[in-house]
Amino acid sequence: MIINHPILGPRDAQEFVYLGDAALMGRPDGMTAGIEEFHDWLYNRDNPAGEHRELWYHEQGDRSWLVVTRNTVTHEILKVELARDVARAMGRAK
Amino acid sequence: MSQSNRIAGGQIDRSRTFRFTFDGTAYTGHPGDTLASALLSNGVRLMGRSFKYHRPRGPLSAGSEEPNALVQLRSGARQEPNTRATVAELFDGLTATSQNAWPSLRFDAMAINDRLNTFFTAGFYYKTFMWPASFWEKVYEPIIRRAAGLGALTREEDPDEYDKGFLHCDLLVIGAGPAGLSAALTAGRAGARVILADEDFRMGGRLNAETHEVGGMAGADWAAASVAELATMPNVRLMARTTIVGAFDHGIYGAVERVSDHLAVPEKGKPRQTLWRIYSRRAILAGGATERPIAFENNDRPGIMLAGALRAYANRWGVAVGDRVAIFTNNDDGLRSATDLRAKGVDVVAVIDARADGPLLPGIRHVKGGEVVDAQGRLGLTSITVRDASGRTDNLRVTALGVSGGWNPNVNISSHHRSRPVWDEGIRSFIPGADVPAGQSAAGAAAGVLSTHGALATGQAQAIAALEGLGITAKAGSLPEAEDAPVSITPKWYVSGGKGRAWIDPQNDVTVKDVKLAHQENFTSVEHLKRYTTLGMATDQGKTGNVLGLAVMAGLTGRTIPETGTTIYRPPYTPVAMGTLAGRSRGKEFKPFRLTPSHKWAEEQGAVFVEVGMWLRAQWLPKPGESHWRESVDREVLAARKSVGICDVTTLGKIDIQGTDAGAFLDRVYCNTFSTLAVGKCRYGLMLREDGMVFDDGTTARMGEHEYVMTTTIANAVTVFRHLEYCRQVLWPDMDVQLISTTEAWAQFSVAGPNARKLLEKIVDQDISDAAFSYMGAGEITVGGLRARLFRISFSGELAYEIAVPTRYGDAMIRALVAAGQEFDAVVYGTEALGVMRVEKGHVAGNELNGQSSALNMGLGKMVSKKKDSIGMVLSQREGMNDPDGYRIVGVKPVDPAGKLTAGSHFLEIGAAAEIANDGGWLTSKVYSPHLGCDIALGYLKGGDQKIGKRMRAVNLLVKPATETEVEIVSPHFFDPEGERLRG
Repeated sequence: MIINHPILGPRDAQEFVYLGDAALMGRPDGMTAGIEEFHDWLYNRDNPAGEHRELWYHEQGDRSWLVVTRNTVTHEILKVELARDVARAMGRAK
Repeated sequence: MSQSNRIAGGQIDRSRTFRFTFDGTAYTGHPGDTLASALLSNGVRLMGRSFKYHRPRGPLSAGSEEPNALVQLRSGARQEPNTRATVAELFDGLTATSQNAWPSLRFDAMAINDRLNTFFTAGFYYKTFMWPASFWEKVYEPIIRRAAGLGALTREEDPDEYDKGFLHCDLLVIGAGPAGLSAALTAGRAGARVILADEDFRMGGRLNAETHEVGGMAGADWAAASVAELATMPNVRLMARTTIVGAFDHGIYGAVERVSDHLAVPEKGKPRQTLWRIYSRRAILAGGATERPIAFENNDRPGIMLAGALRAYANRWGVAVGDRVAIFTNNDDGLRSATDLRAKGVDVVAVIDARADGPLLPGIRHVKGGEVVDAQGRLGLTSITVRDASGRTDNLRVTALGVSGGWNPNVNISSHHRSRPVWDEGIRSFIPGADVPAGQSAAGAAAGVLSTHGALATGQAQAIAALEGLGITAKAGSLPEAEDAPVSITPKWYVSGGKGRAWIDPQNDVTVKDVKLAHQENFTSVEHLKRYTTLGMATDQGKTGNVLGLAVMAGLTGRTIPETGTTIYRPPYTPVAMGTLAGRSRGKEFKPFRLTPSHKWAEEQGAVFVEVGMWLRAQWLPKPGESHWRESVDREVLAARKSVGICDVTTLGKIDIQGTDAGAFLDRVYCNTFSTLAVGKCRYGLMLREDGMVFDDGTTARMGEHEYVMTTTIANAVTVFRHLEYCRQVLWPDMDVQLISTTEAWAQFSVAGPNARKLLEKIVDQDISDAAFSYMGAGEITVGGLRARLFRISFSGELAYEIAVPTRYGDAMIRALVAAGQEFDAVVYGTEALGVMRVEKGHVAGNELNGQSSALNMGLGKMVSKKKDSIGMVLSQREGMNDPDGYRIVGVKPVDPAGKLTAGSHFLEIGAAAEIANDGGWLTSKVYSPHLGCDIALGYLKGGDQKIGKRMRAVNLLVKPATETEVEIVSPHFFDPEGERLRG
């Protein structure tokens, strides 16, 4: 696979490490959320046949965490974003 | 008998002769021969035995689709099993042996299976080896494993090298027949970057095997001229002997180039094979078509082959497979074989045309509407039984029979992304369907266009279309003149009515009967048919048999072939050797070692090294006279604890963490607090995963207001860094915190023991007295003016420091430390002594940080701060992880000091049976403590913190007979439990 890195351009997937569903970005605040909410966030995820937003890390590159939107059936990559930008857009800060 | 079957013509170099042997018999051949063509030229038709029935077999084909003629090539360490003789390029001195036959190819004892064939039908394994269940592992599986497989490995190490490489192109053309050459010429002339790959050693595809003219010259000559033109283009890369084995995502294709397979030994510095990863923007599949047989009784006799192969041997290799030949066909292309063979002077006895209305060739006997119903000659064809339209049978004496049931486009690579081929009624076969891999199109026979003109035209058209998509304009040149015969075929799949077996998939010994049985037992879907009969599941992936098998099933179910459907293909197109996939990643190169800065010095001392994560570290450093590792390790431990020891600890992960939020960041990633740590101090940190289990640990020092230096375990250096980047970029994107890995930037040495300070005082420039540099102190210092870092931390439990200098001074540093330590009898110790001292102190390490243990399990539960959010804090509070009777770290000592402990042993109560219900936990780390004079261990024991002082048994069931030792559960802090020494 080839991932079109937003900064570095097309890079081979071998340079990346895969983490999983980008829903992991929505980590609850540990000071307010309880065990149930954390459990749901950590373990319960969708497994769609089709479009999937997922986290990839450019370990053999610039160390960017990316959000890659990929079709899990065709492996077509529809969008690649810097995870930091996505996180900020979600309202994550400090 | 020297090349008795060699006839005139062909693309072989008769000026040179190669000698080779098959099963010990010497033969000769010529450059340009394959092993199969050379053997056939010597009158050898019998080349192998079939997989299941051990039927005598000869080549069915003249190409990579070959199911039968599998041999072992070469001998000794280079021996290569299951090599298709039809594509093995002949070289001088080649040795080949038959396989799957014992005691000899002509007399094979296992051919008894053939007599017992009624037992070995489809579903044989499923039905036979079901009962009793206990027999599976002990009886059935060993028998099956011994009987299965074809060739054998030598178990010697492969002496050749295999390489990997990367290529990029605008257009990849797969196959260099008329379609591929036409596409490559069109794209090459337009200036596009083209790769033309072909599995054959001679480009040209079927043009080399046919008598067709192209552009007024022999097809093979036109191919050679085209290849010559392409060779002059700097933008074109020609890759003969290169098989495209798979289509992968985003235009990436895998290719195996057989760089040296045609040589006895690779040239110096050259690999045997290269695995290429080709990044293409567009690809044209021009892989041609494969002829399929018609099934009839005993159609697997040596001497019976595909009609196109029969004429390929005659036209390309100048070989008449038999002196008397017949052709069995259902289409016009089969007739070409009769024409070509007769033109070569071969006696064509008859054409048996399944069609009643097929064209007649003058001067040849035609059996119109006829069938071949049986064949005779166990070790080689002697005659065939022919039935004419009226039902009368006749026996014809022939030594070769060419069979043509039509041609199947090689759609394989079009279906690697699960695209289903679709039925084409015109050619009665499957062509590439929709949803082929993005950027791929097909041309020529692979697309179902079977004439030479059609191949040239579609090759050109597809190249123009592909380049247009890339914004490259290619011109449509005038096409050379070529034959454009229409396909004329009447379906004929198998000859019915016979009592014997008619082979569909000869490699897996699947017959028409097996398909019938599958149908009878309701395994009628194509996927079931495949798995129940193993149709198409051999190494040839059913290139010749699949469509035939589907057609038989369609006939039985009364469905059409498109209704019946087809299975799809997976990579690799042809088998790939494991060595090719491994490339250079084997032996020590599988994972390169990192060497510590003191490695050279340690080598000079004769150190014994051990792999630790990615590193090679000194395990112990033997002194003259020491013959057992324990002598060295005990000496190192005792000397360090008595005076001072030095150890290279560079391998621990080091991460510099800077920024105004660095302290807050560490509070989030460690379960304990770091923002309150004073500048110039270190603290032990425990890092959890979100699920609450311990991820990693280490000491982290605050070097400045906004600057920390973290250490990680050796094993997790990479994953901790990845995790921290994740936390920084994804979870808390606005934190002002920057990271850099400095593991390799600093050479770091532990100096531990009562005289550690005295030793260091000799080489550092600053005051490091206890007052100036107290326990857990950290700071920047200098060593003879050189910048360095000093940390007063201890893994050994001794007064200890870790001193770090830039890595390039590491070698000088170890020598300086050793020189300074001479007056203190300083010892340099390895990882074993390090391990002994850490177990004596009860420190957890890799064996305890096993990914399944919580802080509470490690006796560190109080470290998890609830006053702040940190990774893993919430879920570490789950009920199941806070069981008061859960695992706790304990120390273990044998009751009898001479008693032996083994890591991995399980705790059992005295008198309890050794069964899982009574399992109390296990010993994680065991060492011999020279201070206590006995084995000691750490372990996880259920409710262990309440069991100190208790006696139990440590039982090891993994050795026979099982061992057990009576043990006392003790505090894990075996040595200096109050920590007085390290504060000294």
